[in-house]
Amino acid sequence: MATLLEVKGLTTQFFTQDGVVHAVSDISYKVDEGETLAIVGESGCGKSVGVMSLIKLIPQPPGKIVAGEVWFDGKDLLQMNDDEIRQVRGNRIAMIFQDPMTSLNPVLTIGRQITEALQLHLGMNNEQARQRAVELLELVGIPGADSRLDDYPHQFSGGMRQRVMIAMGLSCNPQLLIADEPTTALDVTIQAQIVDLVKGLKHKIGMAIIWITHDLGVVAGLAERVIVMYAGQIVEEAEVHDLYARPHHPYTLGLLKSIPRLDLGKGEKLIPIEGLPPDLVDLPKGCPFAARCTYRIEKCLAENPPAEYVTSSHRVACWRWEYVIANQPQAGS
Amino acid sequence: MSDNLLEVKNLKMYFPITKGIILQRHVGDVKAVDGISFNIKHGETLGLVGESGCGKSTTGRAILQLYHPTGGNVLFNGEDLTLMKGEALRHQRRQMQMIFQDPYASLNPRLTVGNIVGEPLEVHKIGNAKERRERVQELLKVVGLNPYFVNRYPHEFSGGQRQRIGVARALAVNPEFIVADEPISALDVSIQAQIVNLLEELQAQLGLTYLFIAHDLSMVRHISDRIAVMYLGHLVELTDHETLYSNPLHPYTQALLSAVPIPDPYIEDTRQRIVLEGDVPSPTNPPKGCNFCTRCARAMDICFETDPEWKDMGTAEEEHWVACHLY
Repeated sequence: MATLLEVKGLTTQFFTQDGVVHAVSDISYKVDEGETLAIVGESGCGKSVGVMSLIKLIPQPPGKIVAGEVWFDGKDLLQMNDDEIRQVRGNRIAMIFQDPMTSLNPVLTIGRQITEALQLHLGMNNEQARQRAVELLELVGIPGADSRLDDYPHQFSGGMRQRVMIAMGLSCNPQLLIADEPTTALDVTIQAQIVDLVKGLKHKIGMAIIWITHDLGVVAGLAERVIVMYAGQIVEEAEVHDLYARPHHPYTLGLLKSIPRLDLGKGEKLIPIEGLPPDLVDLPKGCPFAARCTYRIEKCLAENPPAEYVTSSHRVACWRWEYVIANQPQAGS
Repeated sequence: MSDNLLEVKNLKMYFPITKGIILQRHVGDVKAVDGISFNIKHGETLGLVGESGCGKSTTGRAILQLYHPTGGNVLFNGEDLTLMKGEALRHQRRQMQMIFQDPYASLNPRLTVGNIVGEPLEVHKIGNAKERRERVQELLKVVGLNPYFVNRYPHEFSGGQRQRIGVARALAVNPEFIVADEPISALDVSIQAQIVNLLEELQAQLGLTYLFIAHDLSMVRHISDRIAVMYLGHLVELTDHETLYSNPLHPYTQALLSAVPIPDPYIEDTRQRIVLEGDVPSPTNPPKGCNFCTRCARAMDICFETDPEWKDMGTAEEEHWVACHLY
């Protein structure tokens, strides 16, 4: 499939009083048309900053996109000026945020907030925009859409608000939807509703999705390809089945071993990843994961491994990936 | 003495809704916990799961008498806590402690770690200053922190380390029973396992009994011996962790289990989900009959009329409590 978005060497840093925060360091990836890509990592690993940088949503200052290119539809988004990027944001690339409680404006009606983008980007008049807003709310499964347009965000529950956010994201038929932890604030039964909704919409509309999450469970049922980030760097990327069956990076392996599985019994001890993620102001010289890694050798402390393709679709940033595959702790041991 | 450490009987916790400023008229109740009963045996872990707002944290707090329950009894070692006051209650509280959800909010930022962990010892007048200091250092070692940290402040620690401080504080007075209210949900995935392992090790060493409150079913299944599922102020099902997973009876439990994602794409590819429609109704105005009838795919006429009875469907050796008209 054709490539929709290509990120090359993106580096974003924050210049603070405590020093330079290396939030995202030299990340490169592609998103194909109609594909679902998941970016997985813990809080502070740079996954949100990484995608916000794509559409220049980073507060500058203190943030700064230091290097990199983001090719979307033949143009480098990072070279665009404010007016040009505004034509792309919310229009061809839409974003839905983590917390549906705070990302809607509490003093404007839902209708007003959805029609804003329609009038701005598609030049619709009030009548047309309202008509389209009703269609969108019906699309995301909000009953009584016509009457609910005049309601305020506080009259909706958490799951319903996230549906409204998705309706807003879809309003201009984006080619790429960026979803930044859209289900993290929701209960598990509501999460299942939203995941089902997004999967269905993807089939209907055919957009590409970048889904950011820390939940490896959600990713398994949703994504086609997964990128694992650690300390602002991509440590592994693979097709989803391949990643879960044969994790190449010790961090990915550690994440999978440290979560309990509902379908496996009690009694097996979880294997936690000891220690803490590194300070992004003062990154270690070698591999950022080396301090917590049980596969560490001398070289890991001295040199940071590049993310290299080991097959056509699987890349990993680890000096010892071959040894890691050959020596994995067995499930349940 | 029976083998139950804790017996909760028909516990009710209503929060009044009032109108007016001077004459506060009582116009209704938020029925956060509405008549629940269960037991916890010595040395066991009971998991309490449910979605946000179902009353699971309120249950934990009402057991510890942090709220004064509206009705029902809480028997701890055979003594009814709801009848106690003042000094007698304080004396009992030495035996039961709590670990809170948010390690950023539950530690006083202006106290040192030594003061935080030592405070329960002071309150209960245990030991002199020197003994208390030694005890604090010992506790920090037990939870895997460096004893030299006593003079540091909470902001100098990460989330996982703060939760360890919270655990040390709970252990300070040698309690028998700990209510852990979502102790890991504010932590990162790789840190969660560290805290869960710590709680399990402490249980094995010290013979603790836990009430483990969480919304993450897979983690609850991992740590609990028995699991109680709560929905809108009621218990809907209670059984051992194995049976709950292999043979869930209540339609809500079935839906909840099927909504939990499994980190294996091959399983997820073929898995059939039961997706619940709609949201949890408001606890101020719960539906008539069974609380779950508004979202239940198998609801019958009777479900809209009468509240189902809480009954044991299990075998002689294993209890399986459920509240549903289907059984």
